[in-house]
Amino acid sequence: MSNETMDGVFIDIELDEPAASDPELAKKLEEVCTVGIFKATESGTEIIAGQLDECVLCYLCEQAAPEGSLRIIKKYEDQ
Amino acid sequence: MIFYEYEARRIVEAAGIPVTRYGFCQTPEEARKIAEEIGGPTVIKSQVLTGGRMKAGGVKFADTPDEAAQYAEEILKLEINGHMPVGVLVDPKAEVKQEYYASVVWDSTAKKPLMLFSDMGGIDIEQVAEEHPDHVGRGHISNLLPVGDYEAKQVIAATGVTGSQLNRATPILAKLARLFREKDMILAEINPLAELTDGTFVALDAHMEMEAEAEGRQKQLLRKDLGIAEEDTRDSYVPSEFEKNVKEIDAADHRGVIQGKDHGFEGNLGLVIGAGGGSLTLTDAVRNQGGKPANYSEIGGNPSVAKACGLAKEVLKKDGVEKIAVMMSIVSNTRVDIVARGVIKACLELGKDPAETIAIFRIPGAWEDEGNKILDYYGVEYCDRSVSLWDAAGRAVAKIQEGAGA
Amino acid sequence: MSILLNKDTTFIVQGITGREAVNLTKECLDYGSKIVGGVTPGRKGREVHGVPVFDTVEQAVDNHGSQIDGSIVTVPPGFTKDAVIEAIDNGIKLVVVVTERIPRGDVAEMVEFAELNDARIIGPNCLGLIVPEVCKMGGIGGPAKDASKSYKPGVVGVMSRSGGMTTEISSSLTAAGLGVSTAVSIGGDAIIGSTYAELMPYFEADEETRAIVIYTEPGGRMEAQLADWQAENNSRLPIVAFMAGKFMDDESMKGMTFGHAGTIVEGKEDSATEKIKRLEAAGITVVERIDEIPDAVKERIGS
Repeated sequence: MSNETMDGVFIDIELDEPAASDPELAKKLEEVCTVGIFKATESGTEIIAGQLDECVLCYLCEQAAPEGSLRIIKKYEDQ
Repeated sequence: MIFYEYEARRIVEAAGIPVTRYGFCQTPEEARKIAEEIGGPTVIKSQVLTGGRMKAGGVKFADTPDEAAQYAEEILKLEINGHMPVGVLVDPKAEVKQEYYASVVWDSTAKKPLMLFSDMGGIDIEQVAEEHPDHVGRGHISNLLPVGDYEAKQVIAATGVTGSQLNRATPILAKLARLFREKDMILAEINPLAELTDGTFVALDAHMEMEAEAEGRQKQLLRKDLGIAEEDTRDSYVPSEFEKNVKEIDAADHRGVIQGKDHGFEGNLGLVIGAGGGSLTLTDAVRNQGGKPANYSEIGGNPSVAKACGLAKEVLKKDGVEKIAVMMSIVSNTRVDIVARGVIKACLELGKDPAETIAIFRIPGAWEDEGNKILDYYGVEYCDRSVSLWDAAGRAVAKIQEGAGA
Repeated sequence: MSILLNKDTTFIVQGITGREAVNLTKECLDYGSKIVGGVTPGRKGREVHGVPVFDTVEQAVDNHGSQIDGSIVTVPPGFTKDAVIEAIDNGIKLVVVVTERIPRGDVAEMVEFAELNDARIIGPNCLGLIVPEVCKMGGIGGPAKDASKSYKPGVVGVMSRSGGMTTEISSSLTAAGLGVSTAVSIGGDAIIGSTYAELMPYFEADEETRAIVIYTEPGGRMEAQLADWQAENNSRLPIVAFMAGKFMDDESMKGMTFGHAGTIVEGKEDSATEKIKRLEAAGITVVERIDEIPDAVKERIGS
């Protein structure tokens, strides 16, 4: 019996450049997300894969990012 | 937190209630030493959290220190109702003239502590209350006002006790009532409360139980005065692997609450259910329709996906579990989609097909449309509020029985 | 029309800046409830969904300019007693205590204080109460749109030791066309501010209420108290009861707590079987299955 953990089964987040490399945006994303999906680093935003499925669909990150640069993908809505 | 007799005695002693010069020990040699100090006949009592010590041979009378040591050795090895003693209490054999009973308990109807006193101590108080109601005195105390000695006096006098006995017993019952309130007890009992041949009163045995919710603010008493370790929870049974794991998963993350129990359950249908009332209702509904629950569980307070997943995984890993039923009463705080993600993820991570493994998913309420989309995608049967908890449980049972027949 | 609440009822939320309290405030406001202030010590001057936050209940009352009817208390267990007494001391007569895991000595103290001041406590460990389409005081029923789905005005008074089951049962009464006059989540602890029997006179006085449904569990003496009340008062209201947790009567479950703090079978009297007997002896209909409740109510009120 496998006992691995899987990341991003239900939710994926796409963050385009150059927004992804903006350290200011990274800080903002880390602050607005209540489930710790974003981590601010010197080179921009790091997305923590292990937290993706905790996304509560509040869309605060989408609102914080420049329009169209960040997308929450619900994988269960594919096709 | 339930206390051993030696701890309960320390508690009453600290409250100013007289006790005999007892000693607690864990070896025969120590028992001998205590008996020597006492000098005279002693009683050796098993320190164990179960009733029926006397019948089981856990209480013995010794005439000499040698005998005390010998009995201590025997009793320390004696298991009573599946419990091993943590030590023995060596007590001087008291010259008892009469045995009384004193206790304080909660009366949840009156919402006040209730003092009880009887001049027929040493035996079961419920039996006395039934057969000799005039020998049991009762009186509530206020939660706000200080306990007056007169209140205890009234309770004792109601049993017909008077004279010096009344005057000696009064402060004992009053102190017991004060300690009950101050130390957040849910039971404080002295039985027997003995009147010795010299006319003095002593607590010969005591039972104390503290409310779990109050342990945090009674640290001084628990950890310092009594030296009880944090991990010494005194559960009435040893938690199973499942129960321990669920507790760990719950503690790892502050969002929401999950609980799991499998003590007394050995079926093939895993239950991932909630919340308090819903879980009780659903467990009955499964059993009453011929289902065999593998466990009991509770989900509440909007847990994280990881938590819901962790619970479902633990249930699925239990021996003999073929399918899980995921059911709750209508949720307003816990989110349907989050629980759906959690239980599906549990199946996937264990290499199981959610459509096969989840017999039914019946959680109506907050975010149900989103939850429905997820369940739909994985082919899991979803029920909304138009399917009652009873029917949902019935469907789960039918599915697992079909599976067994195939 | 209702008990304890009406369309003019004003209340505050103590502990309003906490995560759950913020949600609950929004839910109640959306439902149309009149929240006139919030209290969190040290947070005076803030706002939560437009509700002004104060340091003390006294300030909230001063700001409102007249007496405030109620308060929802959702502060940590160690602070609850003080918060409840503060509310009552400032003239508040209805206090809903949401907090769980309060030592019962504290609960008993605040209940006794409430009695001395003619105030009523609902809870602790409860979701509050709701009068459909009029007022919601607490998390009961969840967000306003969900609450509207489960609760429609009607003739049944609901009292439940489980918050979730209050909504589950009310939803089935709504679906059956009976509706709900007032639903009260009374709380799952061993000692609570308002028991079934203590709320019965309110329902008795409410003309719209024609029947009562209670959700009950093993543990405690509350059902015996209701049975006694029913036997003594010759109430016009038929009562339908549902008892969950019958599996706890098994010998292997003795002494174990399930569901709520107050749900533990300690003696014979607080077992499910014994309680059902007592309720039935008092003329209360006890249904076997949860989904039989609406029909049992219809039968008892003859509709």
